[in-house]
Amino acid sequence: MKMIAIVSRLAWRNLWRNHRRTLIMLVTIAVGIWAMIFMTALMRGMVNEMVRDAVRVLPGHVQIHHPAYLDDPNIVNSIAAPDEKLLEVLNGPDIVAWTTRVRVPAVVSSARESRSVTFLGVDPATEAAVSFVAGDIVQGGFLENGDDDGIIVGRKLLETLETDMGKRVVIMTQDPDNEIADRGFRITGVFDANTDALEEGYVFTGVKAAQGFLGIPDRIHEVAIVGSDFRQIDGIYKAIADATGPDFSVLSWTELNRYLGTLLGVMDGFVLIWFVVVFLALSFGLVNTLVMAVFERVREIGLMLALGVKPMIILSQIIAESLWLLGIGALTGNLIAWLTIRPLREGIDLSSYADGMEMFGYSTTLYPEMTMGDVVTANLVVLSLGIIASLSPAIRASRYQPVEALTKV
Amino acid sequence: MPLNNITFRLAWRNLWRQPRRTLLTLGAMVFANTILVCMISLQFGMYGLMIDNTLSMLTGHLQVLAPGYKDDGKIRQSIDNAAALASVLRNDLNRSESNGLEHKDADGDDERVKISVRGKAFALASSEERSFGILVMGVLPEHEPQVSSIPGLIHRGRYLSSGTAQEVVIGSVLARNLQVDLNDEITFIGSGRDGSFAAAVISVVGIIQSGMTDLDRSIAQMPLHLFQETFTMGNGAHEIVIRAPDLSRVEETVNRVQQRLENDSGLKVYDWDQLEPGLKQSIQADLISAWFMYGVLITLVAFSVLNTVLMSVLERTREFGIVMALGLTPGRLGRLVMLETAIMGVLGLVSGILIGAALVGWGGIYGISFPGMDEMGKQFNLPARIYPELTVFQLTLGPSIVFAATLLASSWPALRLYWLEPVQAMRGA
Repeated sequence: MKMIAIVSRLAWRNLWRNHRRTLIMLVTIAVGIWAMIFMTALMRGMVNEMVRDAVRVLPGHVQIHHPAYLDDPNIVNSIAAPDEKLLEVLNGPDIVAWTTRVRVPAVVSSARESRSVTFLGVDPATEAAVSFVAGDIVQGGFLENGDDDGIIVGRKLLETLETDMGKRVVIMTQDPDNEIADRGFRITGVFDANTDALEEGYVFTGVKAAQGFLGIPDRIHEVAIVGSDFRQIDGIYKAIADATGPDFSVLSWTELNRYLGTLLGVMDGFVLIWFVVVFLALSFGLVNTLVMAVFERVREIGLMLALGVKPMIILSQIIAESLWLLGIGALTGNLIAWLTIRPLREGIDLSSYADGMEMFGYSTTLYPEMTMGDVVTANLVVLSLGIIASLSPAIRASRYQPVEALTKV
Repeated sequence: MPLNNITFRLAWRNLWRQPRRTLLTLGAMVFANTILVCMISLQFGMYGLMIDNTLSMLTGHLQVLAPGYKDDGKIRQSIDNAAALASVLRNDLNRSESNGLEHKDADGDDERVKISVRGKAFALASSEERSFGILVMGVLPEHEPQVSSIPGLIHRGRYLSSGTAQEVVIGSVLARNLQVDLNDEITFIGSGRDGSFAAAVISVVGIIQSGMTDLDRSIAQMPLHLFQETFTMGNGAHEIVIRAPDLSRVEETVNRVQQRLENDSGLKVYDWDQLEPGLKQSIQADLISAWFMYGVLITLVAFSVLNTVLMSVLERTREFGIVMALGLTPGRLGRLVMLETAIMGVLGLVSGILIGAALVGWGGIYGISFPGMDEMGKQFNLPARIYPELTVFQLTLGPSIVFAATLLASSWPALRLYWLEPVQAMRGA
């Protein structure tokens, strides 16, 4: 125990024999750690926000459809409302919210313009907890109940159709027998969304009203389910899949949006690669510093060995020097990372890149997310690889022949 | 210049007084340079593909549109007599360029400006079984293949044969969803330009497969003439799509088109950046995060160099004191130190470029793929494997910045020499 105290004290003092070199090395390590944590926090924030947005638009962490619906989103590929077995799971403790929807492609027309849209029949009471639209009404109000036959459109669509609140638009789609179904709906609400594509692409009415209009009483196309955390959906996914059986297709958001699902999956790998690359870039300097420190003290080390200090002690002393460097550097780096990320909690405004962000699926405000796991990994990578890198100069130092070392010029 | 020669030899010898240190510093440079060369080549290769694939799909390099059409896309915002205007532009732009005779440049590339015309309208497409709302396009079958890759993506059947034919080509997913096949009929129902009821029954002659589900689910093209008839467009259309000989000549082409259009009041010319604002921005956003990472790498290497140079200067304090006492100026000494770094920098630069070029060249032959690339490719219109190209710019950009950063890092230890007092230095600071 006492030995360790002496070794580490010697190492500490040796470190400051050449304070410039030590300071430069400390700055290097601190910058490296800072870059690791800062960059990762930004990337995590970006990807997580993308996923959250996507899940709100999709919507839901898990969706149930007719097996053919996703490839062929037709009115006939409908399912019955959840049965008792499924309801039991849906109303269980692991599920935060769920809703059922009628969802068919349609053409919406005003007196002047037509657009193709996705026509949704929703239950306003449960829809609000699942998707974005109820919270983002800018004119009028959201649907009152499932029988409400008003229609909610996006702001951009309202502009394009050159229509207004309270006016009628015609929805044209097909009924189950492929007869054209069309009907006028009065606009009772306007919603605002992150992207024009959303504002132009979706219109909402009450689920009962939609079923009546389309002639599919009690049939739905989609059950959207939200769990407590989008990263941990395996549990609810399995429970739902078990309760629905093979006649339904149950899909998680990672399958519904393969791009985001994959992105979230490769993130961890990418973060680790980034850590290792940064470490390698600073390891050259670290090894160099230690090699120099050993080289300058060849005679001193020879003397110590001649006086009977065990090679193991010499080795631990060099490693201890390296640990001091890495430890203080890492501590500073962590502190700077925390200090730089904290002021950004309110989010970074990226609206000047809005269209590009939209293409990536990013939202325009970036909230960095510094997670404990990433911070621990970054420090572990630096400390453990740092010790491995300092082994070579340390072993060299411990293997000097006392006489040769003593007489070295 | 014998003196310089001596400086150089001194610098070279000084470097190898501590071979291990020099090699480690070189290693840091080579590591950073190699990474930079590979990443930059891959990145720029991807950007090029992203721009090219996205624009060649439908957008083209520039478009002439009626005012307001770009933002609103209303059927009434059309260009009168669009096909005639396009053919005037086609003649004008290509005649004045090369005297109307030879349209190939030295490499044999086609130097002509390609122009086509499209009309667009939303309609309900119905088969016997199904109906879907889609965006219908009217195109010029003889010119469309020159500005768009869609006609080349015919999976079964054929593309539209002539401007007067009564036929339509549709995406493969749309065909599957509508449950129609070649020679089946589709009914299009929508509103005409004047708000009247528009309907047409047209048979399918070709099925397009781009591999992008969204596009394959929504695309339908018919001859412009038929489109104009169906949607009561008269001789109007919505887009004049123009493809410049290559991306670097878009600006020039925009200017020339703008000149030609001066008389046709109101029509607007947009380049691809205005038409697809997301494209350039997503590249810029990606560049920012990439340069943050490169910046960190370069900074770390610069610190490493700074440490090495500082050490090499400090351990020679006595020696420098002596040569200064003998009459050597601090300037000469400073240059010596800088030259030592420069030699290291050049060695690092050359080996980094060589290794990087070898890796990129290998990637160019066998292709580079990484996990998630397939999904990313679908999002950004990229192939699942990328074959980066070797260009001088991409090879030298990163390493030159590293070189500059190392010289900058060594300037502080070199400048310190000006404050060196020979007597104190000789006593061994």
